[in-house]
Amino acid sequence: MTHILLRHRDIPDIKNIEVYKQNGGFQSLQKALTAMQPKQIVEEVKASGLRGRGGAGFPTGVKWSFLPDTIFPHYVVCNADESEPGTFKDREIMESNPYQFLEGVAISCFAVGAQEGYIYLRGEFYPVAQHLDACIAEMEKQGYLGDNLFGTQTSIRLKTHLGAGAYICGEETALLESLEGKRGQPRLRPPFPAVVGLYGKPTVINNVETLSNLPYIVEHGSAGYRQFGTEKSPGTKIFSLSGNVNKPGNYELPLGTTFRELIFTHGGGIQNGNKLRAIMPAGASSSIIRVDDQTFDKVMDTPMDYENVQNVGSLLGSASVIVIDDTHSMDWVINKTIEFFKHESCGKCTPCRDGNYWMLQLTEKIHAGHATMKDVQLLDTVAAQMYGKCLCALGDFSTMAVRTAIDRFPEDFEKVAGKA
Amino acid sequence: MSLTNQYPDEVQAIFAKYPSRRSAVMPLLYLAQREEGYIKKESMEEIAALLDLDTTEVAAIVGFYSMYHDEKAGKYRIQVCTDISCALRGADTFLEHLCDNIGIKVGETTPDGLVTIEEVKCLAGCDKAPMFQLQDGDKVSYHENMTVDKTMELVEALRKAQAQK
Repeated sequence: MTHILLRHRDIPDIKNIEVYKQNGGFQSLQKALTAMQPKQIVEEVKASGLRGRGGAGFPTGVKWSFLPDTIFPHYVVCNADESEPGTFKDREIMESNPYQFLEGVAISCFAVGAQEGYIYLRGEFYPVAQHLDACIAEMEKQGYLGDNLFGTQTSIRLKTHLGAGAYICGEETALLESLEGKRGQPRLRPPFPAVVGLYGKPTVINNVETLSNLPYIVEHGSAGYRQFGTEKSPGTKIFSLSGNVNKPGNYELPLGTTFRELIFTHGGGIQNGNKLRAIMPAGASSSIIRVDDQTFDKVMDTPMDYENVQNVGSLLGSASVIVIDDTHSMDWVINKTIEFFKHESCGKCTPCRDGNYWMLQLTEKIHAGHATMKDVQLLDTVAAQMYGKCLCALGDFSTMAVRTAIDRFPEDFEKVAGKA
Repeated sequence: MSLTNQYPDEVQAIFAKYPSRRSAVMPLLYLAQREEGYIKKESMEEIAALLDLDTTEVAAIVGFYSMYHDEKAGKYRIQVCTDISCALRGADTFLEHLCDNIGIKVGETTPDGLVTIEEVKCLAGCDKAPMFQLQDGDKVSYHENMTVDKTMELVEALRKAQAQK
């Protein structure tokens, strides 16, 4: 299929503004500003069924409609903090198809009545931010950003902001704290950012991939968008495929594409002729899907969308599909994921801060072969007690792989801890 | 030298970017790190004064984010990702062999002060592992699909470039 988001795969020079314009660039922004009302765009995006691509899958148009019409200014903040292990899609969009992304941010600004949009990039994306700054300057020069756009009263300005290495800043309220010049620690909610967001003002926060869909939706309408994907999960999605596959990379496919097509057709199958053992479809935050002779076909034929991945005991999340072969043991996998979460826990709430500390003590002990099955049970108990008690989703995420690994791969733990 | 003397235009541009002065703290910290690769106490004090914050608050921000450093290390930091996706594609072995070849352990700096090797969390380069970022003051570049040989060539090139300065 041709791409909606990764259009540089079809038109290699699309990151050049003239090439982008020759291929319909900024026509959606012009249409939005000159021929549509903001409310109309919100309704069209609602009708398109576009869901947040950062991981939560919340309907984008609905999120926008929460902003009150009585308090101004409104802000748009784009979440370009892409930090979930296994996720590397937003970077490719921003590097290779930047104008479509920026056009999407500008359309969202108009739709929610914001004159300013901030793009919060993780600090490691320093070169990407430099590149976006140059693109923004070019758009200002050519009249696609700034004041009186397309002869209207509308002003839109975009700015980039670099984080400095903190996974938690992908959590939207932590991101706002960071943008305000504080440590990136989540806020207590309510109030939600739609009402009290950046600098205390109504704010909409959307992921890079989400916003990059908007030019297409404005051009083709919700019906045009819905020709891809499923009824409840419309559109295409960029699947970031990594781990033990022959051809890791980003693949833009309709939502509802099966694991089999992604891993075996596009990904070229498992490395070194090994057997597929486990899938983490939502990065390090995943519940781990077990794949064995009994479950292979059921898992492989599962459509990857926001509903069906649940049927095999996990969630789609940001669609960062980590493939694990049969040379790896789950005690090693969860030791890796907990090393990550322990490092990235922001320290604000006790269950997450202390829970991850203790989980790491235990996963290290288990992986080193110094533990008993009692330690494995204790690990499971710690995870269970954390779940649902943390200030933000990071705490819950940290427990997913741990609990499902212990539950679904008991032999891996009996092997390393059973003897002691 | 103070940041406002050293980078007057950039400091002004940073302040102009945000409606709130405090939002300038992160870009100012990057400026403070540009020259020597770490942030000195004097810089934190200056930034605190510019933003009407306590120095402790600024230090807490430096401590919170992993890309700010408050201690001197190598001119270049090679920061290898060893998270799950990269590890599945050999990142741990890559890091180990790289350390052996350069002759230092993770966290250490070469005797000439050129390179520090660090182990970091996911960098969003999972499909091109083994990979690392090279941090040089406030700048970052990605190096993907790496081998130890390619990395040693890079280190040699950095060493030559540094010698010519």
